[in-house]
Amino acid sequence: MKAAMRRLAFVLATVLTVAISLSPLAAVAVDDPSEMLPDAHQEARAQAIGSQLRCLVCQNESIEDSSAGLARDLRHVVREHVAKGESDRQIMDWMVGRYGNFIRLSPPLTAGTILLWVMPVLALLVGGLVAFLSFRRARGSGPAPLSDDERTRLTDLT
Amino acid sequence: MSDKTAQPDLTRRRLLMAAPLVVAGGAGIAFWQMLSGMRQGSFDPHDIKAPALNRPVPDFTLPDQSPGQGFGAVDLRALKVPVLVNFFASWCIPCVAEMPQLNALKDRLPIWGIAYKDKPADAQGFVRRAGNPYARIASDLSGMTAIDWGVSGVPESFLIGPGGVIRWHSAAALDEATMHDILLPLAASLRT
Repeated sequence: MKAAMRRLAFVLATVLTVAISLSPLAAVAVDDPSEMLPDAHQEARAQAIGSQLRCLVCQNESIEDSSAGLARDLRHVVREHVAKGESDRQIMDWMVGRYGNFIRLSPPLTAGTILLWVMPVLALLVGGLVAFLSFRRARGSGPAPLSDDERTRLTDLT
Repeated sequence: MSDKTAQPDLTRRRLLMAAPLVVAGGAGIAFWQMLSGMRQGSFDPHDIKAPALNRPVPDFTLPDQSPGQGFGAVDLRALKVPVLVNFFASWCIPCVAEMPQLNALKDRLPIWGIAYKDKPADAQGFVRRAGNPYARIASDLSGMTAIDWGVSGVPESFLIGPGGVIRWHSAAALDEATMHDILLPLAASLRT
């Protein structure tokens, strides 16, 4: 009985841990509620902008997800600019002006990144072309007509 | 199928066979170059290229950090000789490792320090223990000036040319090779 209870408690704890770690709330690393803007709409905008900015300490996390000191400072800067009424574009430009395009988690469309952006369309076009050509070839050259010997065998069989 | 059509068909097949090999070979060479570049240090995908390069220093004024005197953008723009601006902190291990290089450098190139997010008492103790390579020291307690410079961590160094223009940037601790091969020649060329 006791062992069964313990096992149940363990399963519950595991389920809870997984649920908490998967919940979107846990993904936001705002360390302190006082960091957040009082206006819910502005806070949502700040979070949306922050999730597009790379934490330069951890490099594969956004500043909204990271608990590094620099990420906290940058979150604060983003909220200051949002509260001042700046547009998303203005805030992004402010960040890129200081840290370069590396701070953007999605690279901008430039000559250097054009291949990256058009690759899905390119792959679809090339794949479509290959499919189209092979279908056309398959339709054009059917199996060779039966020879006289084969025809006699066929009539014998049926 | 007649012989006439068989010949071009065979050539086309060979070309089609060769295409993936050529693509794979090209990609292989490119990846190999990237990997060997990472080993030799000529290619670093994590390198943060400071956009501050060749721009005037951003506007700022910072208070004194004992035992040095604080400074601001006005002081850097008034300079006639190159200086090295070095962001440091007492809580930063690579900064400790960098101090012997800075001490060796200070007689050939003035170094102005900025204590990044450091308690003034801690920064003072750190500078005293390290032998103070700094001609002037300012305190950036909030870290907001560092963000304006595009600093992503300490130590970080910026070579400021005459007129307060950022001429060179290193997001890592200075080592002897960087100092002799890059920094000092560049500073010398700015002095003319």
